[in-house]
This record gives sequence, structure tokens and C-alpha cells, in this order.
Amino acid sequence: MPAKNYGLIAMFDTPAEIFHAAEAVRDAGYKFWDVITPFPIHGMDRAMGMRRSSVPRFSLAGGILGFATGMVMIWWVGAWNFKLTVGGKPLFSPLFAFPISYELTILFTAFGTIIGLFLLNRLPMHYHAVMKQPHFQRATDDRFFVVIEARDPLYDPAATKALLEKIGGREIAELED
Amino acid sequence: MNHAATSAAPVPAILAEVKPAVLPRPALVENHRGFAWISDKVCGIIEEPTPKWWWVCFAVAVFVASFTVAGLTYLVATGVGVWGHRSPINWAWDIVNFVFWIGIGHAGTLISAILCLLRQKWRTSINRAAEAMTIIAVVCAGIFPLFHVGRVWMAWYLFPIPNANGIWQNFRSPLEWDVFAVSTYGAVSVLFWYVGMIPDLGLLRDRFTAAGHRLRAFLYGLFAMGWRGSNRHWSNYEMAYLILAGIATPLVLSVHTIVSFDFAVALIPGWHTTIFPPYFVAGAIYSGFGMVLTLILPLRAVYKLEDLVTQYHIDNICKITLATGSMVGYAYMMEFFIAWYSANPNEGFTFINRAFGPYAWAYWIMVTCNVVVPQFFWFKAVRRNTAMVWVLAILVNVGMWFERFVIIATSLARDFLPSSWGYYSPSIVEVFTFFGTFGVFATLFLLFIRFLPMMPMAEIKAITPQADIHAGSGHP
Repeated sequence: MPAKNYGLIAMFDTPAEIFHAAEAVRDAGYKFWDVITPFPIHGMDRAMGMRRSSVPRFSLAGGILGFATGMVMIWWVGAWNFKLTVGGKPLFSPLFAFPISYELTILFTAFGTIIGLFLLNRLPMHYHAVMKQPHFQRATDDRFFVVIEARDPLYDPAATKALLEKIGGREIAELED
Repeated sequence: MNHAATSAAPVPAILAEVKPAVLPRPALVENHRGFAWISDKVCGIIEEPTPKWWWVCFAVAVFVASFTVAGLTYLVATGVGVWGHRSPINWAWDIVNFVFWIGIGHAGTLISAILCLLRQKWRTSINRAAEAMTIIAVVCAGIFPLFHVGRVWMAWYLFPIPNANGIWQNFRSPLEWDVFAVSTYGAVSVLFWYVGMIPDLGLLRDRFTAAGHRLRAFLYGLFAMGWRGSNRHWSNYEMAYLILAGIATPLVLSVHTIVSFDFAVALIPGWHTTIFPPYFVAGAIYSGFGMVLTLILPLRAVYKLEDLVTQYHIDNICKITLATGSMVGYAYMMEFFIAWYSANPNEGFTFINRAFGPYAWAYWIMVTCNVVVPQFFWFKAVRRNTAMVWVLAILVNVGMWFERFVIIATSLARDFLPSSWGYYSPSIVEVFTFFGTFGVFATLFLLFIRFLPMMPMAEIKAITPQADIHAGSGHP
């Protein structure tokens, strides 16, 4: 079976080069493309024309669930399931339930955030086309890459390659899926 | 004459524009190190053959840790009476040690979360090791309440798990709040630590793949989750990291607040005070920074990390230690003032008794180590003397252990009725168990520096001058 073409990859040497390259690819109108960097580059999200991350929605859902879990659990066990008066105190009060609900809010927010992070990033994914590229091991070290995927409607092997060359990309190579 | 002519350029009495002096920012990575140098330096610690000193330290650490194992085995085999608790002091070294270790953990979270929110970029090179310290300290802390329950195999009764008796935990009790606070703290610290490590595990995977170590590449790769540095991932990652920092901040403050509720909610004189939550949090951060210095200074020397942990880092840690130590000193004074101002004879007696009673020796060790010792950090010459900083940091840890001992033992030993007064001395089993936890801590920390990236390489690279996209283009 012939390997399917995933797209084109180009290497850059400095954060400034990759930043301007990303702006150029964005302005050329590509949609299915990515930038690979060893560390987050300040302002890159805007240079790529990306929207704000939606991880906070997962966090908020986790937090609300955590607080509700704390309050409902303490009410249910103390005032419903097994009524036991201790020290003449009420069976349920939001005041004594608060510290535990507060901690559970934080715990579930953390769970929500991390679930959101992995779902949105579609990780774990131990294999990916870019990892096969011979220079990939420098992507987590000190080099910067632009990947333009073949499924992008604007993708054209020759024109896309010309664009990557124009914006200063080196070691341009085709990726196999 | 000539001189006078050149210096006589007209200087207006009022300047048209005042330009404030631009102070040079201290370099966070010295000697203009590049990205690849940072990767090689930090990964090199893991990739090099295990050094001899590591084996020596590991052997000593495991030997010391065996004291905890022996102490706990004896306790489980015999009963909780092997500890020196007896009426009126049924709660002493175990809770002292618990609060001591939990407090140490707090500096790790402070560095990783609060300093992240405050955009203190210098935190990057020390935060990974400090977070590891937090997690290991929580493990050491957990040992004491877990075994103080006596029948440790029943410890799951602490959690609201349906059991055969059909009864539930007492959610009105601060001790039950503590179970949730400490469990949440441990869990969130581990998650925060792990998420921060994913990009660095990806780097290690790629380096081991390139070097042909297939097993290691597989194991690091497994935990790297297939991280490939995509900016679409970084965007979510940075948001998630910010949120974790944002929730770890109220978490760290709440954990020691709830720990202080263990005492403040009780009616014992010397415990029943509203100053406890802020006072405990300040003390926790103070002791934790002492431990950070204790650990990071030897590591910096052994692995020659002076370019990454610079004098500026040490200065900052010393200054935070000074600030929190002074808060603790203020709290000591304020406790005395309130004891007098409240006009409560029991409260007043407790504090006079702390300073001049049978535990005066412990009280004055505490005051010396926590009030006097940090004041040395006012002096630049002291902060630049690494050996002296290290010794002072050890004294900080000693002082904070004694603080918890003073609070707990003196208040219980002499409460309301003189007929029920006592004096507490630990049993040898308790001493061994506590001594051994330093071995447990050292063992786990040595494993951490041997197998995991000690510094967050991606974060350090991001704060170097060359990571700025305006580098060299003339922009400020």
C-alpha cells in the first residue's frame, strides 16, 4: 500500500523566524496546519489566528460538580441516610459542610482541567506523522517547524512548498501518514 | 580654562522630559546559554551513568528510612501505646511531625502556583524540584495520622465509603476536613507536577530514541503521552497550567488553614485563637523555603547548575524566608499581646508557661531559630555565602519543628486543671519513626533527581532572552 501524503514540514531556527512564518501561513489562508515548538512562544496563538482555549469550560464544570458533590454528600449522609446528632449540632449546615465542599471544588476543577486538556489535545497519541520526520527529535529541543496538512483545501504540493521556501523554511520534506 | 568651556553646556533648570534610569534586569539564565545547552545540561543528569555519590547517599537514605519501617512495624504489631502518649497528652509527636512535613510541602506549591500567577519568572528553574519536595513531604506527613489511628488497616474508615456498620464520618470535625484537605492537596500536587513534566518527558523520549535506548524511550514516551510540541497543544496546555496554578493557590492557603483548625476549633488555651490560619500558613511557607534552600544548594553545587540557579534565585528565596519568618515572629508577639488583652487568665497563663515553664527550652529554641535566624538574610554578604545560607536554612527547619511542638505539647500539658497537668516525653519508637522519615524523604528525592527532569526545560527555554520573538530586532 502506498503511503498517504500527510503534508509538508519546514524547519526554522529561531522563535522570530517561526513567528513571522506562522503569520505568513495564516495570511495565506490555510486552515489545517500547525506550528511545532519546543516551548510555548509568546503571541503564537494570535500569529496562528487561533481562538482562545476552551479548557476553562471543563474546569468550570468540574468545579461546580465538586462543590455540589461536597454539599449533597454531607447533607445526604448526615440529614437523610443516617441521622446522628453529635454535640447537639444540626444534622446539616452549609457552614460545616463548606471546608470539604471547598476542597472538592478544587479537586474536581483539577480533574476537569486535565480531562479537558487531554480531550482537546487528543492525547495520548503515541504515533503521529510528524514524529517520523528525521529532524523531529530537535522539535522538543531547539528547532521550530511549520506543518501544512495535505487535507487543507489550499494545499498544493508545489505552491505550498514555494510558500514555505519563501518564508524561510529549511529542510522542507513531505510527511507520510 | 578649556575644561570650563566644555562643561558649560546650557542645562535648563527644568528638564523637558525626565527619563527614569533603566535598571538592568538580572539574567535568569547566566552566560547566554542556548536552548540546546539547557536540554543537554538537565537531560545529562539523567543520561549519565549513576554517579558514585548517588549510590552512597541512596544507601544512607534507605538505611535511615528503615528506622521508620521498623518503628511502624513495631507499632502495628504491638499497639499505638508504644508511642509516648498518655493523659493529658494524647497527641504529640505524631501531629507535630504531620504539621511539620505538610508545612514543608507548602513552599513547593507557593513556588509553582503563586509565583506563577505573580509572573515571577525566576521560579522556573526551581519549581520542578520544589514540587517534588511537596509531594514527598505529603507522603512523609501522611504516615503519622495514618498510623496514629492504631489499626491502620481500618484507615479507609476516614473516607466516606459505605461500610458494614452503616454509619458515616463526622463531617462536623476539623479532623475529617483535614482528610479531605490533605488528600486533595496530594492529588492536585501530583497532577500539577505531572502536567508540568509532560513536554520534558517528550524531550527525554526523543533523546533516548536518538541514542538507541529503546526501553527508556518507551517508558518516557509512555508518560509523555505522545507530546509533540504542537502549538495547538501548547495553547490548551498553557491555559490548563494557568488554571491549575489558579486553583492550587487557594488550595495551599486552605490546607494549612484547615490544619490549623485542628487546633483552633478546640477549646484548649493557646489553641483557640483566630490568628492560627494566617500564622500557620506563613510558618508553612517559611519552613518550606528553608527546605527548598536545604535541597537546592547541594544540587546546584553537585551538578554545577550555577547558570540556572543563579545568585539572584538564592537572594529571592532568602528574602521570602526573611519576610515569612518575620511574619511568624510578629505572630508570636501578637499571641502574647492577645493573651494579655483578652484578660482570660487561662490564656495568659498558657503563654507565660510557654516562655518560662517546663518547656521553656523548646520555646527559646523556637524563638531563636524562627525570629533571630531569618534576620541574617537582611545582609547581602550572608545571602552570598552559600554555606552560611545552607546552615541557616537547616536552623529554619529545626525552628519550625519546635514551633509545632511548643504549640501542641505546652497547651496540652498544662490546660485548665492543675490536677491533670503532665509532661510529655517521646518514646524511642516515636523518635526512630520520625528520624526515619528524613530517610524516606531523601530516598524518594534521590530517585526523583536520578530518573526525572529536575528542572522544567521548556519553561526555562521560554524565559531566556533568545526565546523572545523580538530578540535582536531592536524592539525593547
